[in-house]
Amino acid sequence: MIFSVPMEEGLVLAWVLFVTGLVGVIVRRDIIFILMSIEIMLNAAGLAFVIAGARWAQPDGQVMFIFIMAMAAAEVSVGLALVLQLYYRRKTLDVDSASGMKG
Amino acid sequence: MLELLWLIPAMPFAGFLVLATAGKKLSRTGAAVIGAGSAGVSALISLIVAFSFISSPPAGNSYSQVLWEWVNTGGLSLSISFYLDALSVIMVLVVSVVGFLIHLYSTGFMARDDGYSRFFSYMNLFVGSMLTLVLAGNLLLLFLGWEGVGLCSYLLIGFWYRETQNGYAALKAFIVTRIGDTAMAIGLFLLFYNLGTLDIQQAMGLAKANWPVGSGIAIAAAALLLGGALGKSAQLPLQTWLPDAMAGPTPVSALIHAATMVTAGVYLIARTHVLFTLAPPVQSAVAIIGAATLLVAGFSALAQHDIKRVLAYSTISQIGYMFLALGVGAWSAAIFHFMTHAFFKALLFLGAGVVIQGLNEEHDMFRMGGLRKEMPATFWSFLIGAASLSALPLVTAGFYSKDLVLWDVWSSRTGGNWLWAAGLLGALLTSIYSFRMVFLTFYGEKKTPVTRTPGPVMLIPVIALAALSAVGGFVEIPGTMGNVPLFSGFLETALPKMVFSGVPESELISQIIAAILSVGGIYVAYFFWLALPEYARDFTKHPAGSALHRFLFSGWGFDWLYARLFVRPYVWAARVNKRDVIDLFYSGIALINRLSHYALSATQTGKVRWYVMVLGFGAFITITIVVFT
Repeated sequence: MIFSVPMEEGLVLAWVLFVTGLVGVIVRRDIIFILMSIEIMLNAAGLAFVIAGARWAQPDGQVMFIFIMAMAAAEVSVGLALVLQLYYRRKTLDVDSASGMKG
Repeated sequence: MLELLWLIPAMPFAGFLVLATAGKKLSRTGAAVIGAGSAGVSALISLIVAFSFISSPPAGNSYSQVLWEWVNTGGLSLSISFYLDALSVIMVLVVSVVGFLIHLYSTGFMARDDGYSRFFSYMNLFVGSMLTLVLAGNLLLLFLGWEGVGLCSYLLIGFWYRETQNGYAALKAFIVTRIGDTAMAIGLFLLFYNLGTLDIQQAMGLAKANWPVGSGIAIAAAALLLGGALGKSAQLPLQTWLPDAMAGPTPVSALIHAATMVTAGVYLIARTHVLFTLAPPVQSAVAIIGAATLLVAGFSALAQHDIKRVLAYSTISQIGYMFLALGVGAWSAAIFHFMTHAFFKALLFLGAGVVIQGLNEEHDMFRMGGLRKEMPATFWSFLIGAASLSALPLVTAGFYSKDLVLWDVWSSRTGGNWLWAAGLLGALLTSIYSFRMVFLTFYGEKKTPVTRTPGPVMLIPVIALAALSAVGGFVEIPGTMGNVPLFSGFLETALPKMVFSGVPESELISQIIAAILSVGGIYVAYFFWLALPEYARDFTKHPAGSALHRFLFSGWGFDWLYARLFVRPYVWAARVNKRDVIDLFYSGIALINRLSHYALSATQTGKVRWYVMVLGFGAFITITIVVFT
């Protein structure tokens, strides 16, 4: 064991990151920032996996993180396409303007 | 030849199908040929079948033909089957022959009417249903025919539907008979529930074997069937629909509301006579209802102005005689009176139809008169019909049947002096109103000019029926005149003999009294409406007389009473309950659904950030639950 972070501290960091992302998604109206906040949340989840994997000395956590990265890349590409569409149609990046599905 | 039986009802049904599907494309002649022709073929086949039945009676004096299985489920097994015995032979003969004659008459009567093929399609459907009714081997098939004739009655009363009154009359007939039919349907359920079969002969056999005389179940079943018979046969207290049913074309009144359908109740009681024998109280009720009805309707007929309403009340009254006979166990007498009544009443209606059409739709007898010279053939036929209705001694069919009824009522073990006296009073009334009708219509001064004289197609049925009304009674010569009981002898293969009380009353006395009353009634009618009409006129001017006249004219105020007892409370309740109370529950459910729909769709704000917050909150709650429990 060369270097070790206690699991609790790592998980707290993951939690802080996740809540930061969640708050960002909720309070931000700019869609770019929302996407960025989602990235933060994804990374928080990935961090939690890695920490858990390190705790049990298993490679699964890192495998999952790679999955999450791939998924995040895909999500960003789709997300950015949506951002472009939103901008073309509404000339704004405010997500609240895209409320055409209101019940 | 008995295998031809199924063709008897099938022919009119086929005629109905052709007329109903292709009626608009057919010419008038085509519609008449199919309409009257199918009834004619049916009558011919029924003559052949009846001849072969009488000349070589099948084993057990009955013949049954199963066509196909109709229903077979959960212990209920029914087939489309026809049952022929002496009773149904008589019924089929009368229905198909009189039916054919009336169809023939209708080809002339309706000649200038729109809806010619529609008329014949309904008529054919009626004849087919009526024949199904009288031939049915099980009670459900009988009920099918029963409802079929009810439907045709409704359709034909409202045939001239452009006048609102006719529609109401049709509705009234349908609804009032439906009251009886409901009772009858419950009776059928009861029979099936307790006996496990609806086949008439089986059910009657089982009832006889299992139910003691006077047992509650037999009384209930007989009473419920009686309810159906009362509605269909227009007996007290369900008689009010028949006078209004005269709104239909006159051949319809002749066929449905005089000769055939209204006697279905008589047939039903005769067919299920075993049940009624097992329920003596109900059978006495049949006799009492019959006696009461014949008097109520007889008095009402005295005050009518409309010639068809006189005949309608007279029909109710004559069916009252049949019920009276059934009630004392004189089954054959009832069916005999049914047969002669079908002849002379159909004749009287057809004659009245000729007169009404001849006088340009004039129904009021007080505006007729003097038609004796103008319409001799109709006059003589009508006279024979009226004489037969009044049971003029010796020469008319009505005499033989009514005398048999009266004598049986007097001498039956369950009959008696009171019922006999009611029958005699009814006989007097019958002859008064019959000849009042004859004198007002055909004698006296001419009041309305004749605009149309009947053609041969209308006169031939009238004359044929007149012949039947004159000689149709000779099939049963009473004991006092040679005793030739052909008719009752034949019927006794299907219906039991009447039980005599054993008191040696003389049939001759009954006959002489009835004959005196019959002739006396004619004299009374002559006196009041021909010789000295001022008396009758003064009588109706006197306040008491005019009140009595109004009372009888309205048919003893039954319509007035029922309007107050049933119609108005119902309309009032309907008005109060316009927003249906029971519906509140269902609209309440709809309201709750709608409200929750609004509440849920309010959460769909279209704002992604709001969704995220709710999602996060939900996840928080879920995780909390998972972790802490």
